[in-house]
Amino acid sequence: MKRSTILFSLALTFASISAVQAATLDDIKARGSILCGVSGGLAGFAQPDDKGNWNGIDVDFCRALAAAIFNDPTKVKFLPLTAKDRFTALQSREVDLLSRNTTWTSSRDTQLGFNFAGVIYYDAQGFMVRKSAKVSSALELSNTTVCTQSGTTTQLNLADYFRSNNMKYEAVVFNTADEVIKAYESGRCDVFTTDVSQIYAERLKLSKPDEHMILPDLISKEPLGPLVRHGDDQWFDIVKWTLFAMINAEEYDISQKTLDARLKSERPDVKRLLGVEGNYGEQFGLTNDWIVRIIRHVGNYGEIYDRNVGEGSRLKIDRGLNKLWNKGGIQYAPPVR
Amino acid sequence: MTDTPVRRERMRASWIFRPGVRSAVIQILLVALVVLIGWMIYRTTRQNIITQRIPIGFDFFWIESGFSISQTLIPFAENNTYARAFLVGLLNTLFVSALGVALATAIGFMVGIGRLSHNWIIARLCGGYVEVIRNLPLLFQILFWYLAVLATLPSPRESISLGNIFINNRGILMPKPMFGEGIGIVALLAAVGILLSLVFASLARRYRVQTGSKLKSWPITLLLVLVIPVFAFLYLKVGVAFDKPELKGFNFNGGLRIIPEFLALLIALSTYTAGFIAEIVRAGILAVHRGQTEAASALGLRRGPVLRLVVVPQALRVIIPPLTSQYLNLIKNSSLAVSIGYPDLVSVFAGTTLNNTGQAIEILGITMLVYLFISLVISFVMNLYNRRIALRER
Repeated sequence: MKRSTILFSLALTFASISAVQAATLDDIKARGSILCGVSGGLAGFAQPDDKGNWNGIDVDFCRALAAAIFNDPTKVKFLPLTAKDRFTALQSREVDLLSRNTTWTSSRDTQLGFNFAGVIYYDAQGFMVRKSAKVSSALELSNTTVCTQSGTTTQLNLADYFRSNNMKYEAVVFNTADEVIKAYESGRCDVFTTDVSQIYAERLKLSKPDEHMILPDLISKEPLGPLVRHGDDQWFDIVKWTLFAMINAEEYDISQKTLDARLKSERPDVKRLLGVEGNYGEQFGLTNDWIVRIIRHVGNYGEIYDRNVGEGSRLKIDRGLNKLWNKGGIQYAPPVR
Repeated sequence: MTDTPVRRERMRASWIFRPGVRSAVIQILLVALVVLIGWMIYRTTRQNIITQRIPIGFDFFWIESGFSISQTLIPFAENNTYARAFLVGLLNTLFVSALGVALATAIGFMVGIGRLSHNWIIARLCGGYVEVIRNLPLLFQILFWYLAVLATLPSPRESISLGNIFINNRGILMPKPMFGEGIGIVALLAAVGILLSLVFASLARRYRVQTGSKLKSWPITLLLVLVIPVFAFLYLKVGVAFDKPELKGFNFNGGLRIIPEFLALLIALSTYTAGFIAEIVRAGILAVHRGQTEAASALGLRRGPVLRLVVVPQALRVIIPPLTSQYLNLIKNSSLAVSIGYPDLVSVFAGTTLNNTGQAIEILGITMLVYLFISLVISFVMNLYNRRIALRER
């Protein structure tokens, strides 16, 4: 090799030692798309259809981000991740954020090095058993075999619940949600446990969904939300406020249908939200009409809920706790001003 | 000629073109480059970890694990530490690997020798076995055995029962023997008895080699290994009770249980590795000179003793090195256990523990070191054996 080539490559390696890590937003703008970590095939949250297009509430959230940044909801690449490798993927910058029905816990906030950007779905953990088992409460599940997924809060909550109620059980732990539901169906285990929204979704995969019932006991709090890495406050703010923007939009009755009418509104809070007044968008590093972009391309919180997990979907899960704070639920967003 | 002294002067002046100096400089530059790359990786990792405020260190070992494991060779509860979970995973890996190695060797030797049989059907069957097993991916075979085992077995309420042994899709349940006081002494006597009988066997062999007359060793072995421990057992009145499995509600309570994940993994690993071992054994046997077989037959030995006494001991010299590789492959392949839910080291430690604590670098580093250590120990032991049976060239 020529001496000059060797010297040049050595100089380059010396230069890159002191390279500063670029901010995530700049990386995304340079790349031209967002890398979004999603779950591999969970109906209602992130699932590819037969043409390869992704659908789901987590998917729609990443599309909202893409709409805010690029005015184009298709500028997202979805990376399906198992519960086991989702966190290392985010830590190692393989994805920009995780929108992967992940429970917000304190150790994930601190020890794993992440910031949770809000709660997109307030969930709880439940159990599914066969109707033929004639069980009406989770307290009758002593001495059963329970199938669960590796590396989830489900595994830990299960242990806590059975221990505090002095019940014995056997845990069979698998890598992917598909393997868990298959093992449950084959009879290897008596009980299938995960977040209730996920139970609804996985039940659709069973050959005879009507032979199974979901017990009414909810044994834990599972606030599911998007998360980003520590160390990038600007990106954290953008993700956090995208969710808040969609909740605020539903509160002010701004949807895909009513957007054009609301743009002409004279109310100051609506004008601030839609960027007609003020420069709140530019404070994030985005354009002032970023919320208009989100609503136009994706919709407000109520619309994405309805489309993916609510009345307009196959799951038909009641909004429950996920209703707005002034409608009986606990979804609450701080004001844009 | 006039230019030769000038040329020699010029060559001696540029010392950097001397081959020794050149190679030394290139090697120093290469080492410096490797060290530089290593330092860059270290520095980037450290910067990332500090920015993301991920903890470093091994303190996570002493945190309560919070989960339970379906097969544990030592007692384990949810409030035990991650360190104990690591131990449980490690023991599970070693257990399935040890049994897998033993089974694979047995099956592999049988199939390998069978492929060279004069019986046409046996030879073709063994050949077919090797071809099919070697050409299907191991993960598929593991999943196949798991589904085959699960699909055919009934649910606990309809178990197949043979006396106190129950077979269902939660595993094979059998009564667990629970020994009273003094079982430690009996076990110790049995272990010492086995050791002494091995020593006696080698002494007897040396006596036979030197004098030619056979020494009847089996009465002494029987005495040491069986009679003395049993006598101690009865004399010390060590009681034995059996914990029988009983159906309570959904599952069986009590007794010893072999989970179907373990069975499936064991069958898949041993049949898969046996396919490769069969070919190694066949190669070793074919490598022995045909003259050996002919000479042994000329001495009057039949085909069985020829194989056992003459051919295989010589074939072992060719068989042992690739056999070591297959053993190491089996141990590493046991990490595929995570796909069927068997709690081996990778599933428990590099799976659940990694996910709960987030310290990927420490955990994966330790896991790699553990596998490396196990593999090095196996290679070392096999190399010792290899050296013992190697041909000593004069």
